[in-house]
Amino acid sequence: MNAPAGAAGGVPSARHRAPDYAIDVRGLSKSFGTNQVVRNLSMQVKRGQIYGFLGPNGSGKTTTIRMLCGLLTPDQGTGTCLGLDILTQGRAIRRHVGYMTQKFSLYADLSVRENLEFVARIYGVPHADEAAREAIVALGLEGRERQLAGDLSGGWKQRLALGACILPQPKLLLLDEPTAGVDPKARREFWAQIHDLAAGGVTVLVSTHYMDEAERCHEIAYIAYGELLAQGTVESVVTASALHMWRVTGPDPAALTRELMETPGIELVAPFGTSVHVGGRDRAALDIAIARFAGREELVWRPDRASLEDVFIDLINRSRDNFR
Amino acid sequence: MKGVAGFLRRIGAMIRKEFIQLMRDRVSFAAMVSIPLLQLILFGYAINTTPRHLPTAVLAYDNSALTRSILAAIENTKYFSITRHPVNEAEAEHLLRSGQVLFVVEIPAGFERAVRRGESPALLVSADATDPVASTSALAALGRLVETSVRRERFNLDDAPEGSGLEKAPPPFEFRTHPRYNPAAVTQLNIVPGLLGTILTMTMLIFTALSVTREIERGTMETLLAMPIRPVEIMVGKIAPYVMVGAMQAAMILGAAVLLFNVPVVGNLALLTVLTGLFILTNLSIGYTFSTLAQNQLQAVQMTFMYFLPNILLSGFMFPFAGMPVWAQWVAETLPLTHYLRMVRGILLKGATSADLVQDILGLAIIMLVAMVIAVKRFRQTLD
Repeated sequence: MNAPAGAAGGVPSARHRAPDYAIDVRGLSKSFGTNQVVRNLSMQVKRGQIYGFLGPNGSGKTTTIRMLCGLLTPDQGTGTCLGLDILTQGRAIRRHVGYMTQKFSLYADLSVRENLEFVARIYGVPHADEAAREAIVALGLEGRERQLAGDLSGGWKQRLALGACILPQPKLLLLDEPTAGVDPKARREFWAQIHDLAAGGVTVLVSTHYMDEAERCHEIAYIAYGELLAQGTVESVVTASALHMWRVTGPDPAALTRELMETPGIELVAPFGTSVHVGGRDRAALDIAIARFAGREELVWRPDRASLEDVFIDLINRSRDNFR
Repeated sequence: MKGVAGFLRRIGAMIRKEFIQLMRDRVSFAAMVSIPLLQLILFGYAINTTPRHLPTAVLAYDNSALTRSILAAIENTKYFSITRHPVNEAEAEHLLRSGQVLFVVEIPAGFERAVRRGESPALLVSADATDPVASTSALAALGRLVETSVRRERFNLDDAPEGSGLEKAPPPFEFRTHPRYNPAAVTQLNIVPGLLGTILTMTMLIFTALSVTREIERGTMETLLAMPIRPVEIMVGKIAPYVMVGAMQAAMILGAAVLLFNVPVVGNLALLTVLTGLFILTNLSIGYTFSTLAQNQLQAVQMTFMYFLPNILLSGFMFPFAGMPVWAQWVAETLPLTHYLRMVRGILLKGATSADLVQDILGLAIIMLVAMVIAVKRFRQTLD
């Protein structure tokens, strides 16, 4: 911390090097024993963006996030976070990154205020007690600041955890499934806050399982089996998938689903209530397949737009084939 | 019948599950096997409450055939093992205070001549009586065994004809024993200062061993590691409060020792304070090392217990150190409590100075450094 004033405590100006990327990593790989959790992963996140990080359980999302904030050392690959080298400048990165773990990991046996003051002091926030008080007001936790953090409800815990993350005014937020197990109203408020922060210039990388949350992000990345399968805006990811979709409604969707799955040319079948989502990338093959059902008058066919979920299911089906 | 079958099936399922969990928890399993083995070996081989071959220094101002055979007879009792030959009283005194020997046998100048003249001179035997168990039986053996054997060898008195009166002749010399430091052989004087070390070992180890594992178990360690704080800063921050707790406990025990048990404070209290600080730090470092090895709080407690057992049994707290076989003494030298017991007993009861304790101070400092280096190395900045 005895660097010259220009760089003291601050992120060194990275103008000469990937100016508008908060995260710029290439070829990251990580194995635990024989199990390769992340393979050759590259991604770029622009400053001030909300970047959704999607993928099934065990796909390597948490491992990737941990590599970004220096909690894990990549086996291979290089990159920068806020213009700082993730391999050598971990400590400097940590000062400017807020990391919210999947599991609530503030001190359950400390009060709300004590937790916030602890964080403020570790990060060297000036006037820690005052900063904590302001954070309590901003969180709407006035009157409960003496309550033990472990006694808060799930939604409030999540709020407090985010509050503790943003207290040191990080430039990059890494949020690992922050809304898991949180009710819809709290989720909505949470996302409103994320957008406020992004508007203020903070870059946010957020992992999630919820498709509706993915659509609230500026850009998304989809990871499965440790590999990044798609990256870009929701629109571009859907377009790039080149999926053609139909929605078919009929009296017995369960039987229809089984029947459709057997039909060659149909790559994707997903029941949705009384209707079934059907799709494939080869338009001609799909049309031939659907033509077989033309005589069935009880079925109503309507062309549909591929949803993000369709795209991901398709991606994961195909990547699974690759790994077998 | 159906009810019985269900009862047995459910119990069977429960037993199966317990066994799977038991085998999966390697530390618990290791504890189950190693604690009985450890106890068997320590109690069976290492511990001896009528210790033999106790280290003895001989300060000989008279070197003659007679004194040589007396010394041989002393060693033949098996209670004594002559390990040192100090050249003056100051050196003999240092050996006794530092605990390197338990006895000093002083042979006055002109001893043999005095015997020949029938003056029945005295051999002075100073004993470190802080641990009454160690010294009492050895001292009792001195007069009887040595006298008889010397008499037999040098004066052939056993061959004297019955009724000649010679077998009842007054002894040609006498032993004048001088039990030092704890002349009344009060057990508390030995145990209570020892308790200071034992209690500190237990509490310091448990508290620190739990402190890191608790963070890992509750998931707070991940957040902590993602913050801009160094491992050394975490370690110092975690250990410092317990240094104060340890100091408080030490003051409490010491106060009780003096007020309730009349333990004397012969030596320098400031020296004891400094060395107690060193001892507390050593234990905290070891506890911290355990906490980086254990995966959860239960394992941390089990490790602490496995470590505590040899400390209690081998350090000289419960059983005489000098009475143990050499291998056990070497093991004991690696335990901080062994060194601290010599310090606390030496300072409180014998008035030992830092010069007397220099070996134990060095030993303790080395153990502390090793533990600290392991603790810092083991504690990773990453989750790798």
